[in-house]
Amino acid sequence: MTLTTEPPTLTDAIRVAVPERSLRHDMRAVSIVWRRELIRFKSDRLRAITSLVQPVLFLFVLGTGLSRLASRGMPPGVDFRTFIYPGVLAMSVLFTSIFSAASIVWDREFGFLREMLVAPVRRWAIVVGKCLGGATVATFQGIIFLALAGVAHVPYNPVLLLTLVGELLLLSFTLTAFGVMMAARIKQIQAFMALTQMFVMPLFFLSGALYPLNGLPAWLTVLTRIDPLTYIVDPMRHAVFSHLPVSPVALNALSPGITWNGWLVPLGLSLAMVAVMGIAMLGIAIAEFRKTE
Amino acid sequence: MAVVEVNKLTKRYGEVEAVRGIDFEVEAGETFGFLGPNGAGKSTTIKILCTLADPTSGSARVAGHDVVRERDTVRRNIGLVFQDTTLDSYLTGEQNLRFHADLYGVPKSAYPGRMRQVLEMVGLWDRRESEVATYSGGMKRRLEIARGLLHAPRVLFLDEPTVGLDPQTRSSIWEYINDLKQREDITIFLTTHYMDEAENCDRIAIIDHGTIVAIDTPEALKASVGKDRVQISTADDEAAIKSLRDHFDLDAATHEGLVTFSVASGEHFVPRLFAELPVAIRSVSVARPTLDDVFMSYTGKTIRDAEATIGDRNRLIATRFGRR
Repeated sequence: MTLTTEPPTLTDAIRVAVPERSLRHDMRAVSIVWRRELIRFKSDRLRAITSLVQPVLFLFVLGTGLSRLASRGMPPGVDFRTFIYPGVLAMSVLFTSIFSAASIVWDREFGFLREMLVAPVRRWAIVVGKCLGGATVATFQGIIFLALAGVAHVPYNPVLLLTLVGELLLLSFTLTAFGVMMAARIKQIQAFMALTQMFVMPLFFLSGALYPLNGLPAWLTVLTRIDPLTYIVDPMRHAVFSHLPVSPVALNALSPGITWNGWLVPLGLSLAMVAVMGIAMLGIAIAEFRKTE
Repeated sequence: MAVVEVNKLTKRYGEVEAVRGIDFEVEAGETFGFLGPNGAGKSTTIKILCTLADPTSGSARVAGHDVVRERDTVRRNIGLVFQDTTLDSYLTGEQNLRFHADLYGVPKSAYPGRMRQVLEMVGLWDRRESEVATYSGGMKRRLEIARGLLHAPRVLFLDEPTVGLDPQTRSSIWEYINDLKQREDITIFLTTHYMDEAENCDRIAIIDHGTIVAIDTPEALKASVGKDRVQISTADDEAAIKSLRDHFDLDAATHEGLVTFSVASGEHFVPRLFAELPVAIRSVSVARPTLDDVFMSYTGKTIRDAEATIGDRNRLIATRFGRR
């Protein structure tokens, strides 16, 4: 079979009329910026694997190693790894989210940011596309780690899994917004990496990912309540333990919830705070990218 | 009709005045070149015209729209090719174009045909599915030109389109640009510090220290220098130089082993030279003024001299404001 498609004759240029700017056009921009993140993630399998190394180490090496000591403090029948699983799950998206935002710094260095910033679209479309892209990629990363839930004795319950994916998405979005906000200001990739590293580990250690939030010394209690990550790790742990057959006493010991001076912060408020923070940082990022020279 | 109109435009970075009040117009369909050394204000002007920087004072209109007040409309009507590459090298050539089409809102029905057209124009249709990382420097520049044309802009801005490319690739880029003029109804605005490249323009503005010192067609600019360069090889150079001074009132000197001097309409002078010079002449060459001579006559220095001094000014800007 011969397939002959006549190429368009080059002498008559195809007329292209670029339409007036509209919301639909801005949405198309959001979508392509988002899709670009996915394309790049798909072609970078190495990143998907390497960023799993750290959470796997925490869960299996640290978790297994410490469980012999920690088991004394654990209610009977509860594995220490089950306890730290939600926190480590949060960690699995931590790096990916912030490094997705780092791609803005790369884009600036390699000039591609300019291609985006001179386009006749609103800057918010580009920033939102970038944040959604980073959040999606990071959530994928989290989902891969979620597949290992069984090893930590976390049940593959559809409701639980959906809840966790939703929470991961929220967390990833907020973290990417944080990264994008930083990337708007920080022009060198080394500085960006150094600064985010400086933030990431304290965020993780202060979030209660590795220990319960009650009975801590006062200074640590205060610090854990300041850490934004606390407000997502706690709902995630709550979700896991509400799907496990544990006694109310054990539940109270392991997942006591966040208290402010004795007042128990409702889960909804916790999640809403994370969302508001994400939106606020997104707003700052948009304002930063709007500035012209 | 003027597609680019610039009025008393200035741009100041702190104490450094990068552009000091320039006025010019570019007509529809023209290839207009900004010629000047690095740091003369070319890139700053192009940045303002492309809405990437706001002017300190004065105004500019592109495709009939103000670059500050109607930024988005201006952006829809211009295509840009920057000095440094702005491609995503992890994407394929086609994916880069796709990204651009969506950002610029190219109608989905027109996209496939237009994409093929611009890629064929720059000879990259066969490589469209390769990652840009595998492209050569010349291919990347061609892809950027294709991308700049994808949304059928009225003005294509090319900031130093061939800088960093080897001479062969440079001339092939120019073939594509000249070809483009035949096919599309487009105005091309480019900056360059290569004299030979400026020759390709319909009109040139010579810019130095943030002001336009001359603006005209390359031919007219060269004619305005008025003198041709004559080089002769003689039996006795010393005697020839003395005789040229005494008899013809011409200031001659030896350059590259040849007696060199400038004179109005050189080809008419040569017969006189043979008749009246008392020294035997072995060979003679007459050269029209080049744009180098033009630049020299308007600024009092060669473009390379100018770059050496302006480098210092640039560093001042760079240290104060960071490289953008």
